[in-house]
Amino acid sequence: MKTVRLAHETDFAGWRDGARALVNAGVLPGEARFGVGCNDNGLFDEPLSAVGGPAIVVPRRFLELAQEVVLHRTADRFDLLYRLLWRMRERPDLLHVDSDADVADALERARNVSRASHKMKAFVRFREVEDDAGEAYVSWFEPAHRVVEKTAPFFVRRFTTMRWSILTPDLSAIWDGERLVYAPGASRQDAPGDDRLEDFWRAYYASIFNPARLKARTMQGEMPKRYWRNLPEAVLIPSLIAQAGRRTEDMRASPASESRKQTARAVARPARASSPHEGKVLDDLAELRPALQGCRRCDLWRHATQGVAGEGPRRADLMLVGEQPGDQEDLAGQPFVGPAGKLLDRALQAAGVDRENAYVTNAVKHFKFEPRGKRRLHQSPDAGEIGACRWWYEQELALVKPKVVVALGATAARQVLGRPVSLMKERGSPIDLGGGVTALLSIHPSFALRTPGEAEKARVVALLEGDLRMAAKLVG
Amino acid sequence: MAVLELKRKLQILSDAAKYDASCASSGSNKRNSMGGRGVGSTEGMGICHAYTPDGRCVSLLKILLTNFCIFDCVYCVNRVSSNVPRARFSVDEVVQLTIGFYKRNYIEGLFLSSGIIRDSDYTMEEMVEVARRLRRDHDFRGYIHLKLIPEASPRLVELAGLYADRLSVNIELPKDESIATLAPEKDVGVIKKAMGEVRLRLQAARPGKKDRTPPPRFAPAGQSTQMIVGADGARDADILDRSAALYGSYQLRRVYYSAFSPIPDSSRRLPLVKPPLAREHRLYQADWLMRFYGFERQEIVAGGEGGMLDLDIDPKLAWALKHREDFPVDVNTADRERLLRVPGFGVKSVDRMIRVRRHQRLRLDDVQRLCRNLEKVRPFIVAADWTPGSLTDSTALANRLRPAVEPEQLALF
Repeated sequence: MKTVRLAHETDFAGWRDGARALVNAGVLPGEARFGVGCNDNGLFDEPLSAVGGPAIVVPRRFLELAQEVVLHRTADRFDLLYRLLWRMRERPDLLHVDSDADVADALERARNVSRASHKMKAFVRFREVEDDAGEAYVSWFEPAHRVVEKTAPFFVRRFTTMRWSILTPDLSAIWDGERLVYAPGASRQDAPGDDRLEDFWRAYYASIFNPARLKARTMQGEMPKRYWRNLPEAVLIPSLIAQAGRRTEDMRASPASESRKQTARAVARPARASSPHEGKVLDDLAELRPALQGCRRCDLWRHATQGVAGEGPRRADLMLVGEQPGDQEDLAGQPFVGPAGKLLDRALQAAGVDRENAYVTNAVKHFKFEPRGKRRLHQSPDAGEIGACRWWYEQELALVKPKVVVALGATAARQVLGRPVSLMKERGSPIDLGGGVTALLSIHPSFALRTPGEAEKARVVALLEGDLRMAAKLVG
Repeated sequence: MAVLELKRKLQILSDAAKYDASCASSGSNKRNSMGGRGVGSTEGMGICHAYTPDGRCVSLLKILLTNFCIFDCVYCVNRVSSNVPRARFSVDEVVQLTIGFYKRNYIEGLFLSSGIIRDSDYTMEEMVEVARRLRRDHDFRGYIHLKLIPEASPRLVELAGLYADRLSVNIELPKDESIATLAPEKDVGVIKKAMGEVRLRLQAARPGKKDRTPPPRFAPAGQSTQMIVGADGARDADILDRSAALYGSYQLRRVYYSAFSPIPDSSRRLPLVKPPLAREHRLYQADWLMRFYGFERQEIVAGGEGGMLDLDIDPKLAWALKHREDFPVDVNTADRERLLRVPGFGVKSVDRMIRVRRHQRLRLDDVQRLCRNLEKVRPFIVAADWTPGSLTDSTALANRLRPAVEPEQLALF
């Protein structure tokens, strides 16, 4: 049996040199052992014939894993790493086989170490002390594995401007505001026994606990008992658990009390009316937006953010009607502000129409969509929804009194003409709606956005521009 | 005397805040206190500094600025008609408590909410002032979560996003009809508009490729919301419908589900039963399946009965038992999407299996080392040395995988 003596518990460099020598000497994993502490023979019980030797190439992943595993408190961690190193020479891809017993074992120990480090970040509790240089903070902590050096830089980054020390049985980390140094392990008596805010912290801990949801096992899984003795709040746990049932029962059993006079008065205020205008014929366009928010004529209001009213002058000769608000319009509460709106703006400009002078609205006022993860897929409104929304379109029409209405797309065409429409057959020529209003059908800007190929897209955009130009001419 | 009073305020105003389930301190931009005047860091992963015996994590100092409130939401402990003790912190008291707790490593930061006093802007302004002082006067670089008052003016929303890591507006209840009856002063339209505005601002704060200077910071940890489960008659299907629409519309990081639990001085209008914790748990699982496992909400809901999820078994298993024809799945050949649908496999174990099978064929003991519960998985998979035979289709399977009695959480003492 060859034994490698390591300088200290986390002596990764010593393990690496020893392991390299052992591999080069052809020592099987079963015949090698690593131990911490000095003995008379120096590095090896049985000196190896070829100490050192050529470097062994290992994947970076192994080095990272090994440095973690070394911090584990189990005695055989170095032997496990040597066994892995040995087996990797035969099987270079070994580390990718997470289900191999040795690999799984090493990964599990690395996970334990990582968890211990995470719990150290969570469960260190500082206590304030005063010295000649002012305030400083001291903690006594007992990490599950040897993670002080791994974790101390986290505290440096977080508490750079504080002077602090974390004392543990293994090692102490001391930060003076500029340099991080390590000192030998300490004992509980070296740390202060109390802090002026601990009582406040316990008060908070007890108050934030909800006795009606007792789940002590879940708590203990995440905050194992081994940490409790250094957590100032943990002394409360037994009594909080013991009283939880009675407190919940009291809440349930005690009848609701009569509310005080002034609170009762406050409550007497009328509840917010859902919509003052819904159902009534509008006198003014300014009433449209608030009225829309109470619309329940179809079910689209339920998942949409808001009803989106048309925008533009109170009286306009030209009215543009789109399909429905899209994602961006639904959020902003304005029609045609998303990608299709941008395209419409460019087309209007090309056709010499000032959007400011036109009334821009949609055939359907709420966004219809199907949620897909973090996105919303547009869905076309059906005949029932278009019909339900006709009420609003007709009010806009009556108030704006346009000469020309341009319907953008099939949904708008259906709303404007009040019947199903074959868009491509009927677009391009003016349709008399009676009452001095002329309708013109065109394509929806988003149709151009969806058209593949630059040339074809340009053709579709030109079509839209031509129709808008004709509309402008009809307005006169 | 003054000290005692502050402690009493802390008790009242944390007791009043505990029904908000959110405690996340993760997902913000990485920063630390090096080179600064103060303390604080966020490094991506959240840290839970303690757990209370309700199994919930304590990550942030979660308090209300005040529990005085002019609203009368029936389910809320702080409603105006409740006779609970009232208190109000000064801005400076919250700042000092946050810094004091943070320096002792009790917390990751602050989660500040408030009852509505006077009016929405007055309340929001005070909350923003707490955050401003922490950031500007104390150079505090820890985590800040601010609750948005839905009616607050755009200027205050902008400032809140400038100082806070996360913003949230609570949708409160799954159905608009129940908000109208149980929270008469709240307006779902206004709540949704507030979320929409936050999303537009989050979008605007994302640096574009052509930007020479990055746009001003806005809530780098995004927004979240909370729904109360069990205070109204909504079915799980309604709840998941609402969640899916909220995730899609406002790109929420999280929807929190909070089982309605008995509160002190409760209203006569709500029956005080045991909080439906199992239901809350199943909803979280369903939420997870929708976001990370490629399930549609209709599929999940169909796993249960009458729009309610099965309380005895998890929603993935419930779905699988109704879709036996899709199983067994061969762990050596199936694609990731199909593996994720196997009950008992999580995202991590699936990714490990896919890595390992590039190097060798998976046997049953490989699978055992890569996932938690082999017994649950076994009927649904084929491995190099295993086929479930008629086990997958056996009628007894559902009973075998269904726990005999829902194990009650036992007290430790």
